[in-house]
Amino acid sequence: MRGDVIAWLRRYGTTLFLVLLIVFFTSQNQRFISLRNLTNILTEGSIYGIIAVGMTFVILTAGVDLAVGSLLAFAGMAGATVAGLFGADVSFSWIVALSSAVLVGASAGYLQGKAVTWLRIPPFIVTLGGMTIWRGATLILHDGAPISGFDAAYRWWGTGTILHVPIPVALFALIAGAGYIVQRYTRYGRHVYAVGGNPEAARLNGLNVAAIVTSVYVIVGVLSGLAGFLQSARLGAAEATAGSGYELRVIASVVIGGASLSGGRGGVGGTIIGALLIGVLTNGLVIMHVSSYWQQVVIGLIIVAAVAFDTFAKARR
Amino acid sequence: MPAPVLEVRNVHKQFPGVKALEGVQFIVQRGEVHALLGENGAGKSTLLKILSGAQAADLGECLLDGLILDPADTPLARQRLGLVTIYQEFNLLPFMSVAENLYLGREPTRHGVIDWKRMRTDARATLLSLGLQVDPELEVRWLSVAQQQMIEIARAMTQSAKLIIMDEPTAALSSREVDVLHDVIRKLRARGVSLIYVTHRLQEVKQICDSFTVLRDGRYVTRGAVSDADVKDFVRLMVGRDVEFVKRPHGAPGNTVMSVSGIGTDRDPAGRHATPLHDVSLDVRAGEVLGFAGLVGAGRTELARILFGADRCDRGVLYLNGRELAPLQHPAQAIEAGLALVPEDRKQQGCFLEQSVSRNLTLPSLKRLALWRVFVNERRESEMVEHYRLALGIKMADAHVAIGTLSGGNQQKVLLARCMALNPKVLIVDEPTRGIDVGAKAEVHLLLCEMAARSTAVIVISSELPELMALCDRIVVFREGRVTGVVSAADANEAALMDLMAIAHPSHG
Repeated sequence: MRGDVIAWLRRYGTTLFLVLLIVFFTSQNQRFISLRNLTNILTEGSIYGIIAVGMTFVILTAGVDLAVGSLLAFAGMAGATVAGLFGADVSFSWIVALSSAVLVGASAGYLQGKAVTWLRIPPFIVTLGGMTIWRGATLILHDGAPISGFDAAYRWWGTGTILHVPIPVALFALIAGAGYIVQRYTRYGRHVYAVGGNPEAARLNGLNVAAIVTSVYVIVGVLSGLAGFLQSARLGAAEATAGSGYELRVIASVVIGGASLSGGRGGVGGTIIGALLIGVLTNGLVIMHVSSYWQQVVIGLIIVAAVAFDTFAKARR
Repeated sequence: MPAPVLEVRNVHKQFPGVKALEGVQFIVQRGEVHALLGENGAGKSTLLKILSGAQAADLGECLLDGLILDPADTPLARQRLGLVTIYQEFNLLPFMSVAENLYLGREPTRHGVIDWKRMRTDARATLLSLGLQVDPELEVRWLSVAQQQMIEIARAMTQSAKLIIMDEPTAALSSREVDVLHDVIRKLRARGVSLIYVTHRLQEVKQICDSFTVLRDGRYVTRGAVSDADVKDFVRLMVGRDVEFVKRPHGAPGNTVMSVSGIGTDRDPAGRHATPLHDVSLDVRAGEVLGFAGLVGAGRTELARILFGADRCDRGVLYLNGRELAPLQHPAQAIEAGLALVPEDRKQQGCFLEQSVSRNLTLPSLKRLALWRVFVNERRESEMVEHYRLALGIKMADAHVAIGTLSGGNQQKVLLARCMALNPKVLIVDEPTRGIDVGAKAEVHLLLCEMAARSTAVIVISSELPELMALCDRIVVFREGRVTGVVSAADANEAALMDLMAIAHPSHG
């Protein structure tokens, strides 16, 4: 009986906690539950939520990508720079910016993936290097200055809506849905779990382990590139400091969502809850006028508590 | 009769849904080697865990030297009382020296700092007293599995152990290493140390043990002297009925499916433990069961992995269905070509322990179960799993439980089912019955025979000669990376095979 409760909590504890947080913040301040504020939370959360979907794949293979925040900035800056080459009044500048950002993200991800599989450098080290490299490259690209002055079509990607849903939120929903389907129902998804669960057994079952590991870094790279474009469109400027600290939020979303850093366990479903939880918490603490210094302490405590509970529940089985 | 060193009275232990032990009694006399026998699931592990302090009994009591043990004892507390357990997975620190490992947590000190000189002298003396030639300053990671096990035993000696529990100590040892272990055990016995010995190799019980206790389904069955029983008696007591290796009827073998010639590998510069192969040639026919016999390190597993494309091969040619190929480069090619492998190490190389039985079983077959080779059809997947659950008698709550929760025998059946689902032309099974109980062993044998009857070529690697002689049509014998003989089952006898396997002298206990 108690075992059942623990199993249930292990499965739905995070969701329960999310609901309790929403109830609590609403009781403190009615403004929290307003449509406007909820839209705000979702839009804010969508940018790193999109990356977190990709990060789930990386963490499933027992890897990690610390470079996503820097890559977001680099891809956003690269997109804006390339778009700028065509002049300001080209109406299709967003296409150029979007495709370059995604291409830059994919290439950077591919390089990192190859460094992990071919040079056999631990992912933590590769992406720790990548984190600095892409940030530096962003500064070099435009001498540290922001690029702004995008046209309306460009900005629509960050500020527009479709059926009252902000574009970044719609994209996040689309990508999360796709990620869920890939993980649950496709051979590729099964292969990612297998590689993370036991790479040697995966190889003996005929899987190309190196290709699969490389591919997850490409996925997270593409999504970081997309997020970089969306962020620049939303803020109306590509900034060299964009996305700083995002790697921690993204990894926290995946881990709070129940994924194991040793690979093979977790999923996009949990990651979405994790991303929403961090979004709700950050926003709710702001509304309650808790200082941003304390916000960091609270978020950190919750990450540790989530993993501690998971470990505890696992030991009790 | 003197007071026993260990007495267990009426112990009960219940887990959610299972009664693991029901009123078990168990006695070990001073200075005897006592075999604890039973199939997987009979309650041996639970009893050992209760003795070592890893778990507490629900009811009943354990007495060590006539004193009742506190059920709340930790394993460390039990060790201090002289009850030491040596597990299959060793608890040694690989980057520390032998001496440091021997005295871990009990380092001799002088003026508050470690007395390195005394530690080394003491370590050397302990090792010598067990007849072990190991440098106490060597880091443990450089030692072989057998040597590491000896270090564990030596550590028990430095703790002045009264009773040592050994769980499957010979599972990973070669015959020569087993002999060394048995010598050490006799030395311990001569000093009045008692041992509880758990093994699936019943022949060994005859060789080394004085008395035995049999458990079945969590209950005490009997206790007796080893000299009054033979291996068949053990099996009958464990299973509750007679079990024999079914001698497979030999059919007419079909065409040659696969052959290799001149397979050779160089010594690995990275210094991994693989045995280099020299000019290995052999062939295997459809519907045939071909055995690979040899000591540990003879090159059998190495060849299997090369055949399967899992390891690099430096020389040689492979013929598949008469077509000449370079040796395969990747297991994916092997699976594509109709090969399947059940690897040697179930947990490290076979299972995805945290993932479901279903996912473990279907992984290499997903291509067939997927729409447009992309989307897995979960209905057809569960049909496949259900088919093999029934066909192989896999015991599990349902197909979504983690494979790690199944017994060894059932895990092995899942891995066999995984290979059978590929419909292979050649099936290679490496130590298919290691560490699984007698009943499951017979079932695995039956499955392999059925595969052969459906004209699959089956290659069996086994360290148990009776198993090979019962199953195989022909047996290829390996020694130090070379093939030393191919014997047809009709002519095979254990002594002749041993001769071909043994390195220096053929005599063998």
